[in-house]
Amino acid sequence: MRTAWVTLLLTALLAAPAFAIDKNPPLQDPQLQARYETLTHQLRCLVCQNESIANSTADLAADLRGQVRKMLQEGKSNEAIIDYMTDRYGQFVLYKPPVRPSTWLLWAGPFALLLLGAVGLAVVVRRRSRMVAPEAAPETEDEDPWA
Amino acid sequence: MIRRYALYALPLLILVGLVGFFWRGLYLNPSQIPSPLIGKPAPSFDLPRLDDASRRIAPGDLQGQPFLLNVWATWCAACKQEHGTLVQFAQDTGVTIVGLDYKDERKAAQLWLEEHGDPYAVVAFDADGQAALDWGVYGAPETFLVDADGVIRAKHIGPLTPDVLYRDWLPRLKKGGR
Repeated sequence: MRTAWVTLLLTALLAAPAFAIDKNPPLQDPQLQARYETLTHQLRCLVCQNESIANSTADLAADLRGQVRKMLQEGKSNEAIIDYMTDRYGQFVLYKPPVRPSTWLLWAGPFALLLLGAVGLAVVVRRRSRMVAPEAAPETEDEDPWA
Repeated sequence: MIRRYALYALPLLILVGLVGFFWRGLYLNPSQIPSPLIGKPAPSFDLPRLDDASRRIAPGDLQGQPFLLNVWATWCAACKQEHGTLVQFAQDTGVTIVGLDYKDERKAAQLWLEEHGDPYAVVAFDADGQAALDWGVYGAPETFLVDADGVIRAKHIGPLTPDVLYRDWLPRLKKGGR
């Protein structure tokens, strides 16, 4: 009896992906379908901004998926499709912004901060070790309030 | 000594900078995405008219005069909100306003205009939203200002206000939209 319940539960969990967001059947050509999936995961739904168009149930996402599908079937390249989207919706439609002068700060920022922190740390550590080393012993004796 | 104080002041300066960024962020609306189409020729379309499906309308037909393209639909609550302003503006100024009825039902849209007034010179009926997609529309209402050369000069996302129409756009429309 118990195993039956567990099996039922597991089956129900496995069935979750069946509630597909994309109502269209997969593209005939598996290569096209693979490109379709890559592209729809790279493009942002502009209505529900934290979802890709592959994961969004919004009407607009469905329209944008339809556009990607249509352009793939017309034999357009991935770049052509991405360009179509960015020409109309701006760089914001891309989940992964391209590296260009206006996004250098975005890409390099975290590393620059890390470097800054590391340099700062090195400076502090070096200064402290220099300060303490020669006079460490007498000072602690004089200033120790518990002595 | 001064160098030392400067170092202590650094975190404070960084904090002030961050507060500046966050303060500005408070007043930014993330649902307003600037359109890359501004300064570009308006995308064309060729759509049936709302009032008469047998006649067609293309933005090219309007070349030579500035106009507004207003994306609306009967299912869009914010469109109702701006509609009165739009009707008033069309009456006051005679500016050409083209409607793009976005993924709507023809009959409902016709009734809607009868009931609430019709500010549009002509309304294109975009049943599948393809034209709207080409214009980079991601919701309704959205309004574009197109100049006499057919170039998009401005875009407003969300319901239009008298401020935008009369203060910002009317002076430009009088100068050919440029």
